[in-house]
Amino acid sequence: MSATVYVPRDSSALSLGADKVAAAIADEAARRNIDLRLVRNGSRGMFWLEPMVEVLTAPGRVAYGPVAPADVPALFDSGFLDFDSLAGGKHRLGLGLTEEIAYLKRQERLTFARVGIVDPLSLEDYVAHGGYRGLARALSISAEKIVEEITESGLRGRGGAGFPAGIKWRTTQQAVARQKYIVCNADEGDSGTFSDRMIMEGDPFVLIEGTTIAAVCAGATQGYIYLRSEYPHALRTLNEAIGTAYRRGYLGEKIAGSAHTFNLEVRLGAGAYICGEETAMLESLEGKRGMVRYKPPVPAIAGLFGQPTIVNNVVSLATVPVILERGGAFYKDYGMGRSRGTLPIQLAGNVKHPGLVEKAFGVTLRDLVEDYGGGTFSGRPLRAVQVGGPLGAYFPESMLDLPMDYEAFAAKKGIVGHGGIVVFDDTVDLARQARWAFEFCAIESCGKCTPCRIGSTRGAEVVDRILRISRTTRTGDRAAAMGLLRDLCDTMTYGSLCALGGLTPLPVLSALRHFPEDFGLSRSDVAWAG
Amino acid sequence: MDGSELPMNQKQNGFDPAAVEAIAARLKDRPGALMLILHEVQDRFGYVPRDGVPIIAHALNLSRAEVHGVVTFYHDFRHDPPGRNVIRLCRAESCQAMGAVALAEHVRGRLGVGFGETTRDGDFTLEAVYCLGNCGCSPAMVLNDELYGRVSPARFDELLAERREGRR
Repeated sequence: MSATVYVPRDSSALSLGADKVAAAIADEAARRNIDLRLVRNGSRGMFWLEPMVEVLTAPGRVAYGPVAPADVPALFDSGFLDFDSLAGGKHRLGLGLTEEIAYLKRQERLTFARVGIVDPLSLEDYVAHGGYRGLARALSISAEKIVEEITESGLRGRGGAGFPAGIKWRTTQQAVARQKYIVCNADEGDSGTFSDRMIMEGDPFVLIEGTTIAAVCAGATQGYIYLRSEYPHALRTLNEAIGTAYRRGYLGEKIAGSAHTFNLEVRLGAGAYICGEETAMLESLEGKRGMVRYKPPVPAIAGLFGQPTIVNNVVSLATVPVILERGGAFYKDYGMGRSRGTLPIQLAGNVKHPGLVEKAFGVTLRDLVEDYGGGTFSGRPLRAVQVGGPLGAYFPESMLDLPMDYEAFAAKKGIVGHGGIVVFDDTVDLARQARWAFEFCAIESCGKCTPCRIGSTRGAEVVDRILRISRTTRTGDRAAAMGLLRDLCDTMTYGSLCALGGLTPLPVLSALRHFPEDFGLSRSDVAWAG
Repeated sequence: MDGSELPMNQKQNGFDPAAVEAIAARLKDRPGALMLILHEVQDRFGYVPRDGVPIIAHALNLSRAEVHGVVTFYHDFRHDPPGRNVIRLCRAESCQAMGAVALAEHVRGRLGVGFGETTRDGDFTLEAVYCLGNCGCSPAMVLNDELYGRVSPARFDELLAERREGRR
């Protein structure tokens, strides 16, 4: 029989040379007259091991990594293709059975159940691994019952806002309109996040299925996936998978033999962070500048082209199939408090073992950063983590026992966001990070509301002023500058139209609160920051 | 997506009004057509020619100001042709945590241009990008259409030398 070898096609694996490794393996097999089936899978999400090559053997898949093209002849020599033995596992790059790697074994992968395992473009593979069971169930029950399952599951928007998906779905389902839409928010712009990308590149059919279930529930006939232009590989994979779904009757008219029609199309953004905000995204989909809309009306009632629209993030929609298949109660069983289910957490920045860790809510930052992450990449002491993207708070090492939970984070003036954790070692300057938060807001502001448009630029200037006074001249009115910063943060928090301006003070104030020394200040100077 | 598959330096840079008109005519009836048209025009030419704006505006029954407003809102769309190679360097938090600030300094020094600028010989355009979704392999950058991870200053110099020698 032919040997089966997996080499990821995930962007991150490609960025480390996975294509060259795949080519080297194919060439070496040809040279040795070995019949080889090369599968380009998604990533298992252990990026320090990429490019990670897997070989199918009798006991299971065996992993090797990180593999360079130069390692390939020696891997063949070690007998790594031997189906019946683990001979190759003795190679210095051998990691043993993939499923036994602690980083993976201790996860609770529901949304990511197939990512890295299946061939992303094979519908057969998808169905063989439980795909389209959620849609089958959805088609056998009423729209109201679908909403009930989603509500029961406790699923909250994974894009960052954490709004209960069941409420959105019910609102759109009950709305009466000639045309309804499903819009998938795939504008994953937060630094430190890549879970949407991994789903789209590693298991695109799960997103198509989840979106289709939303359409069946709401009675929507048209869906759009709004994808950021920074993800060209996801674009190709999605388009290919959508084409397959059309050909096989899972999209278009009479989907899966039902009476429903659902058309799905990918639309590209053009490099604007603000278009991850749902109303700016709808404007962009309509072919306009990505200017944030006033709410109400909410998109669930008046969204795309003024019609009722369910807007959900990639991970939210990709979680819908498992909820429909196994029931809301099954999903709800994971998690803590009002944060139910699992969260695909992304470990990034200065961390030894960066990657994707899907765990039930309640796992602590320390478990994630130390046990999974293995501490800093540099080996220096960890000084701060920023959770939830550029609008998330910076937390010091002493706060790592915080559990991943929407409410626990809110109580500490932070956000879970899209589940990204960026680790910084002790070389980080939190004053510079605070200034950066304002700069980023100024670069990406849509400009519609004044607090965000003007406040961001003034904020960077005030941080500069405080630093100038504290660090160098020690002259000037520092108290006045601090008062100004405080007022500015208040104005932005309460006066901005959307989360970009509204949350920019979060990283700024957390930096001041937890790391005043970086601003040349003492704890008592920043008591006002909470 | 034929145009986007080509490296930057192989894209046609000459403005062809008939081509813009054909793209606009083909896409104008799609919902939210303007973004689709702008993407396709930029894929074709490498930028959105200023003289293409009135053509697109006419096809969509929009004012030139409206089209101009959309072109300038998005970081991706350019009104001027880029250099033969385009470098997009990530400047966001995860990459910052792995030395992106120093890397940016290094890159600017090597190329002798700042962000948003093109080298005098027209070889390289340097652009800032805020997250490439490669945060597990920071610092990240895109050279033409290729994504790279764990880019150290030395690795950048290697890639630059490869480009300058004209091989991939």
